[in-house]
Amino acid sequence: MAKQYVDMNTPVIEMRNIVKKFGDFTANDGINLTVHKGEIHAILGENGAGKSTLMNQLYGLLKPTSGDILVNGKKIEMNNPRDAIAAGIGMVHQHFMLVQPFTVTENIVLGTEPTKGVKLDMATARKNVVEISERYGLSIDPDAKIEDISVGMQQRVEILKALYRGADILILDEPTSSLTPQEIVELIDIMHNLVKDGKSIIIITHKLKEIKESADFCTIIRLGRYIGTVDVETVTESDLASMMVGRNVTFKVDKPEQEPGEVVLDVQDLHCLDYRGIEIVRGLDLQVRRGEIVGIAGIDGNGQTELVEVITGLRKGTSGKVLVNGVDVFNKSPNFGFKHGVSSIPADRQKHGLVLDFSIEDNLILQNYGKDPFSEKNILQRDPIFAHATQSIEKYDIRPGNSEKRPAGTLSGGNQQKVIIAREVQNDKERNKGKAVLLVSFELDEIMSLSDIIDVIFDGKIVASLPGKDANENELGLMMAGGGKKE
Amino acid sequence: MSKKKGFLNFVAENRFIHILLSILLGFLVGAIFLAIMGLSVGEAYGRLITSVTSVKGFSYVIVYSIPYIVVGLSVAFSFKTGVFNIGAEGQFVMGSMAAAVVGILAGGLPKIVLIPLCFLAAMLAGAVWGVIVGVLKTKWGINEVLSMIMFNWVAFYLSNFIAGIPAIHSDGTAEATKNISDNASTLLSKDLINRLGLCPTANWGILVAIAVTVLVWFIIEKTTLGYELKAVGSNKFAAEYGGINVNRSILTALAISGALAGLGGSLQLMGMGSRISVFSSQEGFGFAGIVVALIGCSNPFGVLIAGIFYGALTFGGSKLNLVGAPTQLINVIVGTVVFFIAISIIFTRLKFLKKKTDKPKPAEPDKKAEGKEAAEK
Repeated sequence: MAKQYVDMNTPVIEMRNIVKKFGDFTANDGINLTVHKGEIHAILGENGAGKSTLMNQLYGLLKPTSGDILVNGKKIEMNNPRDAIAAGIGMVHQHFMLVQPFTVTENIVLGTEPTKGVKLDMATARKNVVEISERYGLSIDPDAKIEDISVGMQQRVEILKALYRGADILILDEPTSSLTPQEIVELIDIMHNLVKDGKSIIIITHKLKEIKESADFCTIIRLGRYIGTVDVETVTESDLASMMVGRNVTFKVDKPEQEPGEVVLDVQDLHCLDYRGIEIVRGLDLQVRRGEIVGIAGIDGNGQTELVEVITGLRKGTSGKVLVNGVDVFNKSPNFGFKHGVSSIPADRQKHGLVLDFSIEDNLILQNYGKDPFSEKNILQRDPIFAHATQSIEKYDIRPGNSEKRPAGTLSGGNQQKVIIAREVQNDKERNKGKAVLLVSFELDEIMSLSDIIDVIFDGKIVASLPGKDANENELGLMMAGGGKKE
Repeated sequence: MSKKKGFLNFVAENRFIHILLSILLGFLVGAIFLAIMGLSVGEAYGRLITSVTSVKGFSYVIVYSIPYIVVGLSVAFSFKTGVFNIGAEGQFVMGSMAAAVVGILAGGLPKIVLIPLCFLAAMLAGAVWGVIVGVLKTKWGINEVLSMIMFNWVAFYLSNFIAGIPAIHSDGTAEATKNISDNASTLLSKDLINRLGLCPTANWGILVAIAVTVLVWFIIEKTTLGYELKAVGSNKFAAEYGGINVNRSILTALAISGALAGLGGSLQLMGMGSRISVFSSQEGFGFAGIVVALIGCSNPFGVLIAGIFYGALTFGGSKLNLVGAPTQLINVIVGTVVFFIAISIIFTRLKFLKKKTDKPKPAEPDKKAEGKEAAEK
């Protein structure tokens, strides 16, 4: 498969010695990148390594401090994404750039709407959207509003949006982070179809497996510096990993055997409706014990998002119980749940996790601002707040360092996530030993390597519960699709 | 070169400079209009300046600016907390009417009791006016901008109605309320005014305005309450996730913003108006507050300065007809200033201007695909 469609004589993108500075922080320090026609090129790097910064320059969102960008052999200066689109570059962002109250169709055609005279021709738009979604095998509901659909669906809309614009060079920023294993396979197929057509794809990722499965070449960036470009066929996953982090890596998460304690979270016969008013959680039972990580494996749209929302108090359920240490938090406010020990790391970090205009130090106290030592008699105490931030930044390796007063919105996606994790984990200090963790992820790898117990969710119910060490991917995949029930 | 670059960068990134530039452009556009009308720009602007720089003139400016500052703070507070208080106008009217009612009916009380009582009544009335809109929004999801605009009219007619009640209405022929008791007045003593050569309506309301400025700054920047309200204003989803009661915060923000606008109404009445006329149209203090908040970048101290600036324009503008220039010129200038502030993002483009004038760096010799070539062997 590899390099089958690559035309090594036709470079479509050349980035030469790109340097990007933000104040005295150097995000990109002399990066080189060449992508050819028909090539899938992966950009690999840790969180905050500068991958997104590099791609934002290619897409005209940022201007390089120095260095040249050539598209189809011609040096061009991009002032905004319109210039990039005109040059045939399309980008799917890690954070969706979608208009929330608009429908899927409206979002996809936005800026290139078909018209009839002076009128919008929504019927044609819808037809085009359905057509393109079928062509690339990305099924969506063209009439659903973005604010009502899941993160996974939104990602598909983003991918379709770029495809709809007929870009020849597609940049995908962490495109698989919210797709299921099946969807990832489909996406890789789509990518192969596209390069067969002579298009080129740049994929930003830190998932080595996907690079091995899909990419022809891989450029590695570490701490903003160019490490090298490799032919993916000639390297192993662990070669890639050590280039990425600069040392040898083990993949196994060291997980000491836990003696499970008493039940901390007990969900009983839970029912709730989704945004359309259709019952999506249908009699779900779930238990998490002290010291245990329970992973919820399932395909997006089977009720896991709503389950988490009901547990955290953001969504009202129709019936059932959610006991946390014996206290029923069902249909109580998020604050009530929080006081009784529920903390959560949200899926949509920009919407639910962070106040982007706030500094990192202020985001780190979002739940504790009213408590000692952060405030005294309702007056915020800046010194402890700052010290707390300094500590968190160091402990959770939030980059760039010394960023206590920086607005959270200026951090890279991965570092924003670290801020949330730092906050949520520290909120748990008093319960530090033996937390009960419910892990909801569409990434099976993550679930399998972290969970003590894996619960499979399908159609609003837990259809199987099995010890993490016994799980295998195929079996889980089958159960997630509703087959091979096993109690 | 590098010095010039630094300057352009400084201009492009400094919000304060943007405001100054906008003001400058406002006056420039005003000058163009004057020129078109065949009037002397120097004479008109000269008059504007001399009329506000005398002791008496400046005391007028301060008196004019008191309600602008406090209503500006009301709107700025609402901007910071994510609600757009376009209803400051109605809250201002309610506040001044509440103060008038207390100041007339309880006129026998001593100054030291009556004045705080009037302030309190005004703040309460303004807060209630804000909270009603807040309840409509949080309980039934009614758009606050629409209900505020309607509530401005309700306040307007309610004020006219109250002014017509016999116990409140003027004994004379004036279509207005009685004058408030002297005990409710914030005017400086006649003696002091004459001795210092101030304007006849000189009052100590400015001290209240300054105190409120500091208080609002303190609440926004230093307290947990300000933190909560700002969090809700910036991202209510994250705030809710973090355990903040979003609806309560919205109500609190509207109550505080409303109370400030109401206070502005009482300061205007007790210092300058001393009675409330039956209005034929809205007075526009609330809308002036929006302008002041915008010019002041929603920063309390910025609002203080912007309020005085706006006061100077209004007072100075009223003297323009002495040189034959229409007083409406001031509206042109203010409108233009607000326009440029609203689009002040264009000033950040000065950076790109710099980019284009820079000589492009010579391209680095081609090192790029070394790694890849190595990998291909």
